[in-house]
Amino acid sequence: MTLIDLANPTRFLAFTARLLPWLVAATAILLAVGLYQSAMAPDDYQQGATVKIMFIHVPNAWLSMFVWGVMSLAALGTLVWRHPLADVAAKAAAPLGAAFTFLALVTGSLWGRPMWGTYWEWDARLTSVLILFLMYLGLIALWRSVEDPSRAARAAAILTLVGAINLPIIKFSVDWWNTLHQPASVMRMGGSTLDRAFLMPLLVMALAFSLLFLTLHLAAMRNEILRRRVRAMQMIQAQAGQRAG
Amino acid sequence: MSLGPYATFIEASYLVVLLVVVLLIAWIAIDYRGQKRRLSELESEGVARRSGRQPMEKT
Repeated sequence: MTLIDLANPTRFLAFTARLLPWLVAATAILLAVGLYQSAMAPDDYQQGATVKIMFIHVPNAWLSMFVWGVMSLAALGTLVWRHPLADVAAKAAAPLGAAFTFLALVTGSLWGRPMWGTYWEWDARLTSVLILFLMYLGLIALWRSVEDPSRAARAAAILTLVGAINLPIIKFSVDWWNTLHQPASVMRMGGSTLDRAFLMPLLVMALAFSLLFLTLHLAAMRNEILRRRVRAMQMIQAQAGQRAG
Repeated sequence: MSLGPYATFIEASYLVVLLVVVLLIAWIAIDYRGQKRRLSELESEGVARRSGRQPMEKT
């Protein structure tokens, strides 16, 4: 099966039905390994045991931006190529992105209180991530409020691409403005500044959460395809009812 | 494994992540069952999908 074959929703359903059990198993194993490594990681000399929050905060923060990136690519697929699965992919990803962003905000808050002395600060990094969360909610509301799927798809795609401007703002906010949030310590020029004892559990957890997203996204896309089939069949049923009446 | 004086913050962080991930999995599983049930009901009522559809409705 080639990649282009997956553009067909029926083939996508068949392919993902075979793939999902393997993805679930791989995600569960990686999460177990990552959690074990996180539990066994030593305390940081400054932050003590609170460094363990990093192993769940950072993967969720990465995914909050990555998911919007995936949705932006899907938005291009909707607007430029009118790919049948593009809007399905974007719509299925939005609640997952909102959940990961929510978790990044909550775990960041719970990490900030003991380290900074406050749960929240209206600085550039925290505020731009909060805006990202609100944009996810706005997109979900848009898809739910527009009845016609093709109109909703185009409007959501435009809003997604406009919202992508926020991604570099989030990434570089710690460099452009004075902020309580620490600068990048993993993805930076010159390599990671994290000690290997913290870097390895973090990378395993990041991979595990990325697999979790992939698994949930494919499952949610399958649901969305089925939902559109149900809608199409209900419309056929209603039209048949009108003709009979 | 001792979590020190900030154990509450660490435990709360992991618990909230666990809760949200479990909710996401449950929501997707329940949604899947609901859509499959509706599809079965429509098919049992004799409704068939059209083959010639609009591009955005192809799913």
